[in-house]
Amino acid sequence: MTQIILPLSYLIGSVTFIIGLKMLSHPDSARRGNMVAAVGMTIAILATIFLYTDEDGNKLGNYGWIFGGLIIGSVVGTLAAKKVQMTAMPEMVSLFNGMGGACAMLISIIEFKHHTTGMTELYEEAGGSIFSTIPGTLFITIIVGMVIGSVSFAGSIIAWGKLNGKIKDFSFNGQHIVNLLLLGVITALTVYIIAARPDNTIMLFYTVLGMALLYGIMFVFPIGGADMPVVISLLNSFTGVAAAFGGFLYNNPVMLTGGILVGSAGTILTILMCKAMNRSLKNVLIGSFGGGNKVAGGGGSKEQGTYKEISLNDTATLMAYASKVLIVPGYGLAVAQAQHACHELEKLLEEKGVEVNYGIHPVAGRMPGHMNVLLAEADVPYDKLKEMEDANDQMSSTNVVLILGANDVVNPAAKDDPSSPIYGMPIIEVEKAEHVIVNKRSMKPGYAGIENELFFRPKTSMLFGDAKKVLQDLVAELKQM
Amino acid sequence: MDFLTQLFSDPATYRLLTIVILSVFLGIEVISRVPSVLHTPLMSGANAIHGVVIIGAIIVMGQASSDDYVALTLGFLAVVLGTLNVVGGFVVTDRMLEMFDKKKKAKKA
Repeated sequence: MTQIILPLSYLIGSVTFIIGLKMLSHPDSARRGNMVAAVGMTIAILATIFLYTDEDGNKLGNYGWIFGGLIIGSVVGTLAAKKVQMTAMPEMVSLFNGMGGACAMLISIIEFKHHTTGMTELYEEAGGSIFSTIPGTLFITIIVGMVIGSVSFAGSIIAWGKLNGKIKDFSFNGQHIVNLLLLGVITALTVYIIAARPDNTIMLFYTVLGMALLYGIMFVFPIGGADMPVVISLLNSFTGVAAAFGGFLYNNPVMLTGGILVGSAGTILTILMCKAMNRSLKNVLIGSFGGGNKVAGGGGSKEQGTYKEISLNDTATLMAYASKVLIVPGYGLAVAQAQHACHELEKLLEEKGVEVNYGIHPVAGRMPGHMNVLLAEADVPYDKLKEMEDANDQMSSTNVVLILGANDVVNPAAKDDPSSPIYGMPIIEVEKAEHVIVNKRSMKPGYAGIENELFFRPKTSMLFGDAKKVLQDLVAELKQM
Repeated sequence: MDFLTQLFSDPATYRLLTIVILSVFLGIEVISRVPSVLHTPLMSGANAIHGVVIIGAIIVMGQASSDDYVALTLGFLAVVLGTLNVVGGFVVTDRMLEMFDKKKKAKKA
């Protein structure tokens, strides 16, 4: 009877992952979908701990270590996930993804050690290539799982560091060629180890490990912050594939289905994200955004006009007497934690009879949907969040557009400058409105590293300052009116 | 060639291969139509699901002999990291999706 409970638990696990993912892709059922997958995961984990037996029928040992690890991981994981600011969600996901990658990497290292221990002494005695006693599929599974897990781990940590500003962009000329070479060497060495099983297999294994980690770092380093969501999504599917290799290793169906599902769903999601930004995956990876040095020339060659500033008082007056205002939020709003102040301004204006809406660009912020989550946290009603198309349709009847820390998503170069790296990306066409007020901290370009001509157009006025501070001051001004 | 022969002649391996192929299509099918608002939570949820790698860590840990301290340490680390991925992943996704519940209530009110 007990023999069927473990496979049954795995089956339940696999099914809940599929149903969970399906439910996660609809707004109404998403939260329950997440729960369903979590329950399935718990069942699969518990069944493994208590019911798993190896080929000889031995049960697992070291319960102290296992439960110790589970408890520490659960406590730290829950605390980290509960404490994290809404704005820092993207880097949190990246960090957790890195942990999964590291887990896959460690499993491979331990299995490799396990299968090669004592090999060198045996080799000396036998005088032949002893490493060839390891079955091919097993060996491939271990090494490839290790490589993918390591790349995912190192890459996710860099992505995490870049998103929270701890790691700065870093690139040098010919970096992509170096990266390609590195990838080539990793592949060649892997094939060599598997096919030839040389005497120094152990040394080569750790060399490949080191190179895979280095590749993960080098691969994410030059990619610009605007593209980070795509990279995290891609690394996410990498970790899925690494988990699937673990499934091969242990003949474990739930690891296999879970891993491959995430691998393929993650790849599709990556492509969908690229589409939302109107960029190709190749473009993101080779990174025209990334190499800031190359890109700067694109916009810089143009004649820059002068921009005009607007005072808080004038802004408040302009908005109070408008009949329709559109707020376009961007990453600046998220950084400044200004969502509550923003909602307050919106309420105040509505009281004065102004119609206020939000124009949400699909990739505003650091992740698709970032702005929706952020504004929902501040209790902004759902129907006030207009998608880009709706916002553009209403633009001509809008009096004032207030741009809060958004830049690239309103850059007209995406429409009319074919030499611009963001050319072709759909934007919120704020220029069709009567007045455009841009709140930014400085004239520095946005994440794509390109100048925004919008700021120099006659309709545009600049309102410098931290988004939260500016919004609070605006609210104070409006209250006095 | 040996490898391919092994892949197709061993029923267990072949079965796993079939699961892989079917899962690839399933993964594509399941999420191919998803609104952009849900991209981030979906990525986060998928992130938690690949935490299933924890099962491998548990097996490795449970099979390590009690005097192999390298394996025990690395295995322990793997269990901690894997659990972080699973638990942190699901909790963070839930927090993001909580917002959607709020939204719905706001709509009704």
